[in-house]
Parts: sequence; C-alpha cells; structure tokens
Amino acid sequence: MALQSNIPEGPLAEKWEKHKNNIRLVNPANKRLIDIIVVGTGLAGASAAASFAEMGYNVKAFCFQDSPRRAHSIAAQGGINAAKNYQNDGDSVYRLFYDTIKGGDYRSREANVYRLAEVSANIIDQCVAQGVPFARDYGGLLDNRSFGGVLVSRTFYAKGQTGQQLLLGAYSALSRQISKGKVQMYNRHEMLDVVIVDGKCRGIIARNLVTGEVERHGAHAVVLGSGGYGNVFFLSTNAMGSNVSAAWKAHRKGAYFANPCYTQIHPTCIPVSGDYQSKLTLMSESLRNDGRIWVPKKKEDVEAIRNGSKRPVDLSEDERDYYLERRYPSFGNLVPRDVASRAAKERCDEGFGVNKTGEAVFLDFSSAIMRYGKTEANIQGVKNPSEDQVRQLGEDVVRAKYGNLFQMYEKITDDNPYKTPMKIYPAVHYTMGGLWVDYNLMTSVPGLYAAGEANFSDHGANRLGASALMQGLADGYFVIPYTIGEYLADDIRTGAISTDTPEFAQAEKEVKDKINAFINNNGDTPVDDFHRKLGRIMWDNCGMARNEQGLKNAISEIQKLREEFYQKVRVPGSAEELNPELEKALRVADFLELGELMCRDALERNESCGGHFREEYQTEEGEARRDDENYTYVAAWEFTGTPSEAQLHKEDLVFENVELKQRSYK
Amino acid sequence: MNLTLKIWRQSGPNDKGRMETYQVSDISPDMSFLEMIDVLNDQLVREGKDPVAFDHDCREGICGMCSMYINGEAHGPGRGVTTCQLHMRSFKDGETIYIEPWRAAAFPVIKDLVTDRSAFDRIIQAGGYVSVNTSGNTQDANALPIPKENADKAFDAATCIGCGACVATCKNSSAMLFTSAKVSQLALLPQGEAERERRVLRMVNQMDLEGFGNCTNTGACEVECPKGISLENIARMNREFLKASISSES
Ligand SMILES: Cc1cc2nc3c(=O)[nH]c(=O)nc-3n(C[C@H](O)[C@H](O)[C@H](O)COP(=O)(O)OP(=O)(O)OC[C@H]3O[C@@H](n4cnc5c(N)ncnc54)[C@H](O)[C@@H]3O)c2cc1C
Ligand code: SF4
Ligand code: FES
Repeated sequence: MALQSNIPEGPLAEKWEKHKNNIRLVNPANKRLIDIIVVGTGLAGASAAASFAEMGYNVKAFCFQDSPRRAHSIAAQGGINAAKNYQNDGDSVYRLFYDTIKGGDYRSREANVYRLAEVSANIIDQCVAQGVPFARDYGGLLDNRSFGGVLVSRTFYAKGQTGQQLLLGAYSALSRQISKGKVQMYNRHEMLDVVIVDGKCRGIIARNLVTGEVERHGAHAVVLGSGGYGNVFFLSTNAMGSNVSAAWKAHRKGAYFANPCYTQIHPTCIPVSGDYQSKLTLMSESLRNDGRIWVPKKKEDVEAIRNGSKRPVDLSEDERDYYLERRYPSFGNLVPRDVASRAAKERCDEGFGVNKTGEAVFLDFSSAIMRYGKTEANIQGVKNPSEDQVRQLGEDVVRAKYGNLFQMYEKITDDNPYKTPMKIYPAVHYTMGGLWVDYNLMTSVPGLYAAGEANFSDHGANRLGASALMQGLADGYFVIPYTIGEYLADDIRTGAISTDTPEFAQAEKEVKDKINAFINNNGDTPVDDFHRKLGRIMWDNCGMARNEQGLKNAISEIQKLREEFYQKVRVPGSAEELNPELEKALRVADFLELGELMCRDALERNESCGGHFREEYQTEEGEARRDDENYTYVAAWEFTGTPSEAQLHKEDLVFENVELKQRSYK
Repeated sequence: MNLTLKIWRQSGPNDKGRMETYQVSDISPDMSFLEMIDVLNDQLVREGKDPVAFDHDCREGICGMCSMYINGEAHGPGRGVTTCQLHMRSFKDGETIYIEPWRAAAFPVIKDLVTDRSAFDRIIQAGGYVSVNTSGNTQDANALPIPKENADKAFDAATCIGCGACVATCKNSSAMLFTSAKVSQLALLPQGEAERERRVLRMVNQMDLEGFGNCTNTGACEVECPKGISLENIARMNREFLKASISSES
C-alpha cells in the first residue's frame, strides 16, 4: 500500500485553515449515533476524549492506572512551548515552526509542524480558561523560560510540575464529561488488541486488571493516545507502567510503525546508582537555563573527585572544562538534547566522568546563585551585601524557580544541590518514533488513529524540550476532534458496532490464549530479568551511539532472548485476579519484538540525524552527518511476521519552505 | 542491610487478610523503598510464591499511585515524601518494618496493598472543573491578569497528587484536605468564579456520599501530606461552603 500523507494543497500558512473548512461535518444528531474509543488518558487521550464528548460523540476511555489523572504526562516537569511572543523577543509561528524542523534535524513533515506551531498559542488560552495555574510575574501576567535549541523565551510553566497542571486541566475537562455520562471511563483496564472488521478498526479487546475479565468493546473509530515506548530500554525516565503494547498490537494488525529508532536520550538525569535500579529520574531541562555543565580539565582532578579527596567546589574556574560553552559558544548549555547528551558521553568515554562509575558530569548552579543574589540585593536595597548574604538571596531565587526539582534531587542522592553541583548523566526519555499517521492523524488502518507520543508525527529525529506537551494537547484539543469527522461522516448510518462477530471472537481468543500460555508456563525466571537484559542490549547497541555490527548482533541477541523468555518466564497467580506480573509479562513480550524492529530501522538508516547517531557517519568534529540525498524520508514499517523482517515503506519528506542545512549550534 | 518485613496480605476484597512475615537481605541504603519491595517480590517469584501487589507508576512522587502505610504512618517516616520517594537510608539494619494498605471505608482493599480510590475521581466529577468548552474559542491568556499571590496559592493547592494519604492518616477518614485543595485552587482564580457556590456544595455532598468521615481539625492530614497541602485550604473551603449554603437557602 502506498503511503498517503494527505497533506492539503496550498501555501504552508493556509493549509490547516483550508483543510478545516473542507472537512466534512457530522451533524449533532448523528454524532450521538457514533462511538469512539480512546485508549489513554494522558494529555493526548484525555484532551481528545473530553473534546469528542463535548462535540456529541459517545466516548469510552481506557487507562491502566487506577485513575485517568495518573497518566504518565503527570510527570512532565519543565514546561510547554507556545508562540505567544509575550516576551516580545521576536517569536512567531514561523520561528517555532522553524526551530522545530531544525531541532528535528529535518526529518519531520513541514505541514504537520506548521500546524502544531499555529495552534500552540490557543493551547495556552485554553488551559488558562480551565484554571491551570501557570507561573506569573508580579504584574499578574504569564511568565516564560527558555528551553534547549532555541534563542527565545516561549516556554510556559508551573514550577517543575507543568505536566501535572496541564494533565489535571485535561482530567478536569474529562471528569466534566464523565459526570454528564458522555464519557464512560474504564480505569484499571489494559487494551490487549485492536479488532479489524472489513479492513476498518472497529474496536478493542481489553482486560479488566482487577477481575481479569477479557472484554470486547466496539466503536466506529479507535484513537490510541497510549504514550511512548522508552521503557524498551528497561531503565528510562518513563513511569514503570509505560509500554508499547497498544501501539505494537496495532502494528501487528496492519498499522505501520514509523522511525522506531528515533529515541531521545535526555542529557540531565540522575545517574544510575546500582543494579537494583528500577527507573531513572529526570532533572528538567529548564535547569540548563541556569545550570552550567562541566567536568574537570585534568585527569588528576577527576581522580581526586572520585575518591573524595577533592570536592567539586575546590576546583577553580580555570580547572573546569565547561565543555558545552567551549564547543557551542552561541547556544552554550542550551544546545538541543541530542547534542548535549553526546557531548557528555564523549567526555565520560574519555575518562572525565565524575562519579565512581565514570558516568556523570556536573550541573552547577553556583554562578546563577551569585548572579541572582546580586540582582536581588539591588532590588531589596541591601547595601554592600556580604558574599554569604548574596548567596542566601540567590539561593532563594533559585528555590522559587526550581525548588521541587532540587528537593527531588536531594531526596534521591542525599546531596544538597544548593551547595554542591548536581551529578547528571543522559538517560532514555522520549521516543520520537511511533505509529505512522497521515495529516489527519489516522494510521494506515482506516478508523485507527494515534495521538501524542504514540504517533511519530511532529518531532522528526529529535524533539525540542517542552514540545511534547504542546503536541499532546494540540493533537487532542485542536486537531483530531476536527479531522476524525472526515472519516466518521461515512459512518452515520452504520449503527452500533456489534461485538458478537467472528472478528471479535478471534481477537478475544488470541488474547486469552496468550494469557493462559503465560500462566501455565513452566518457567522459573521473573519477568524483570528478561526486561533488564533487553534493556542492556538496547542501551549498548541502539542507544546514544550505534554501529552496523552492534545492531546486527543486537537483532540476533534479542531473538534469542525472546525464545528464552517464552521458555523460562514464570508468571505466578491466576488470570482471574489482579496480577501485576502477568501485566508485565504481556508488556515485555511486546518490547521484545519492538526492540528488534528498532535495531533494524537503525541499521537501515545509514546516516546520523538527531537522536540517531551512527558512529560510521560523523563529521571530523564528531557531529552528526546527515545524508539528505538518500534519507530524507520517513521509514514506515509494515509487520510481516518476524519484527526485523518488516517491510519498509518510504514517505519522502518534501521541504518547500525551509532549506536543509547542517544543524549548527556553534 | 537485613530487614524483617511484616506485610498485609489479602487475596481479594472478600478475604479477611492477615500480616505475614518476610526477610530480605543485602538491601542497599541507596535503594528506594519500592525497589526494596521489588527485591522481595523477585525472591517470592523465584520461590514460586505470590508476590505482594502494590500500586506504583511514576516512582518520582507525582502520579499519586503509590500508597503504603509504613510503621503506622502514611508514606512512612519523613515529611514531604511519597512512598516511592522514601529511601532505605531512613531505616536501620535489622529493623522490622510494618507495611499495610490505606485503611478507610471509602477505599476498599482490592488486593494486598492495593486499594480502590475511585471515590476521589467522583468527587472531582461532582464539580472540580471549570465548565469551559475545549473548542479554543477562549480569550487571550493574558487578557485577565491574576495577582501573583493568588496564582501562587492556587498553584500550591493544585499540586495535590490525589494519593489519599490524608484520608489514610485521619482517624475519621476524612477527605477534607483533598477536596478543599481543588475547591481552593478554583476559588482563588477568576476562571472559577462563576461556578464557585455550586462547586463547593456538590463536591462536599459527594464527599459525604462516598462515606468519608467528618473533619475534627486534628491536622494529621497536613502533617502526612507529601505535597504540603495546607490546612488553610480546609478553612477556605469551610468559608466557601458556608457562604454557598446561605446564598442557596435565600
Ligand atoms: C519525567 C518526564 C518529564 C517530561 N517533561 C516534559 C516537559 O517538561 N515538557 C514536554 O513537553 N514534555 C515532557 N515530557 C514528555 C511528555 O511528558 C510526554 O511525551 C507526554 O506527556 C506524553 O503524553 P501522551 O498523552 O502521549 O501519553 P501518556 O501521558 O504517557 O499517557 C499514556 C496513557 O495511555 C494509557 N495506556 C497505555 N497503554 C495502554 C493500554 N495498553 N491499555 C490502556 N491504556 C493504556 C495509560 O494508562 C495513560 O493513560 C516529559 C517526560 C518525562 C518522562
Ligand atoms: S491532600 Fe495531600 S495527602 Fe491528600 S490526596 Fe492530596 S497530596 Fe495526597
Ligand atoms: S509512584 Fe508515583 S507518586 Fe509514588
């Protein structure tokens, strides 16, 4: 099947408006005859479900947590972008569009990204109207901060809890529709398959996680807002339950998976401390507004810091290597994530890592504390303040900005970041790849849509900070509620979707067989063992740096591991109860397939771009080297049986408005 | 370190449940509390036993899913932390640790340490929102300045993670702190103004219907709340409720 991106004709700035005007409408009386299933209640799912219900459709929403408010979006810290230009620093829709295309290393669709930038301003209006308490200045107006890869201040935030506040906003809109009976909410339910009838997606199979019952749910269309798949690496900043199963099941049933190898490794996370580690914690990118990243210049100092004979504060300015400021003077500490992560890896690989494992660099706030302290002393009219006074005042300013992050850091590491620099290291954080979707966010299966991190649509090979929240809400509030009408307009006479059909029976049977196979398996090894091993293979071979041989090895290792998993895994308990080990086994089974496809995709792409860095393809200075002539396309994979033998479909990316350049942040 | 764990085991809502004793060894002080439970569960699965069911997801103190009653305290020792943010360095080698689920009539146990907190969702559904459509036809976000002080207070109230520790720790199982946090957030913002009275009446009513107890001002909730939600919010809700009750009668 050829890929139809369905990008509207016309000039970039007019495409969305024109497209909206041309979309067929479903009249309100008919909307009542139409059911939509939304899997996921993160920013994308909750906003879509609330909007559909408001428009008059009947909605069933699903999440695996005990409440829709706990979707992983809740954990987002730093902020959300919008081209409001409130700071009057030259921001515009075009600039946000341009920054996103460039940040994505020219591997995303112009039309989608432009639309995202266009609706961004509206998101902020919407959220404020819902009572989202964004940070404000003393004049009562909204405050902004900067994120990596840009030279303007366009990030709106609510301390370090922006995701929480935005998600609670979407959750409140969803709750309002639940109370009206327009949304039926299924908490503690996990979607385990999609059901295709006559080539269209017509429902899902879900397991009630409390009773274990396997249920059939029919609908005219299904929207997956099921999040990203970073947990394929076992250790990531994602929540423990984040998984790929919903998207992977869709892939197995015909939805193409796009650019699976595009993974974002976030530069500022708390380093791994031991084998027992279950997850990694992000320290928001917003910290790079004020934190300076460095390692010692000399190996002796590295050694002294590792063995504790010197403290980081003992090193003078000229004994420190602020390597980002050195290599990228114009963006400094605010280079995009992929660049910052690789630079940290480069220093640590050279032996300059500052902790026992050699995998950590410093993120230092002392300059910012003193700078803010001086300004604050002036504001408060303190004459000739002592250094201690300045530091104290500065610490208060930093506390007001990042207090909860500093506290989180201290709780985990037992170190006080006001007094000594944080230690950080890159960790898996976000996945740009996902289900392939057209301009309307429909996958290659008619009637099956994907929104938020679950789709591949807007970030190319690297996502800019604070743009995932923007995309999730743009998709859910402003894009899919319109575009889905085009498809559903044909369904007004279809009537309710019966689940009493051979297709539903077959899908249900497959799910039950799989569950029973796990429960009855005669193994002795816990699920996590396999997940950890898979994570190690992925991190070593398909992480921050990749090469041909490594990827080939990884594919065969994953295949072996998968076989072993089915032989040796032990899932205790029964299928008819709350059984977290069974839930994990079902998820890991899908990760074990996805990992293989990611490696294949990384192997296929003989270039470096964004988060995908192939060691064979770099410039002399160690920067990523793209190959625009041969790889300016989206790789969309069609499942054929063995994950790595999927069939590749290419969607050529056409750039009519920006010129492809080597990305430079120097 | 080596520890003795006494953990509440209950196979389902209809089981009576009991405390059972387990030993774990080689626990690193840098482990989080939940990682320590992971170690126990790994051990149990290898022994062919049923692992301990518990709720968790983000493991960084923000989703509100984790919920253990440890040594008689909601989220264990330490202030301003959720169970997942607790580290083993807060315990001593050789110690015995008691771990139970939240106990409240409105939070029935589903299994082991997992409870059903959907009553909180229903309280929000009763009115914890601004009735604005998501169409995007709203006014510019900066059209209505909000004094920083109010915005900050609204934010502080809005940081409630819905974990339920306030209920679990209250001898009356009252949900006042949780409910008042949402009422306060919206009462402090101009956007919440129009539905102010209706909101507080409906939310309080739902709270009572769910079987949460009355507030007798012991203040225990504020002490155990991992997000430092202040008792001021309860006072504000009481004022809102009183005002709304009077005006709804007149
Ligand atoms: C620690 C952290 C900090 C971040 N900070 C920022 C930031 O500051 N700014 C920014 O822009 N982005 C940030 N991000 C990224 C951003 O938070 C996510 O990309 C975004 O929230 C994803 O939203 P979503 O709606 O697509 O999915 P999610 O919020 O992940 O929601 C997924 C939903 O799907 C449900 N689900 C999944 N599978 C199933 C299934 N099989 N059955 C039923 N339900 C299912 C889940 O229950 C959940 O409700 C951060 C990410 C992390 C990890
Ligand atoms: S008020 Fe505090 S203790 Fe109660 S639910 Fe909210 S965060 Fe948890
Ligand atoms: S697991 Fe999310 S708050 Fe503890």
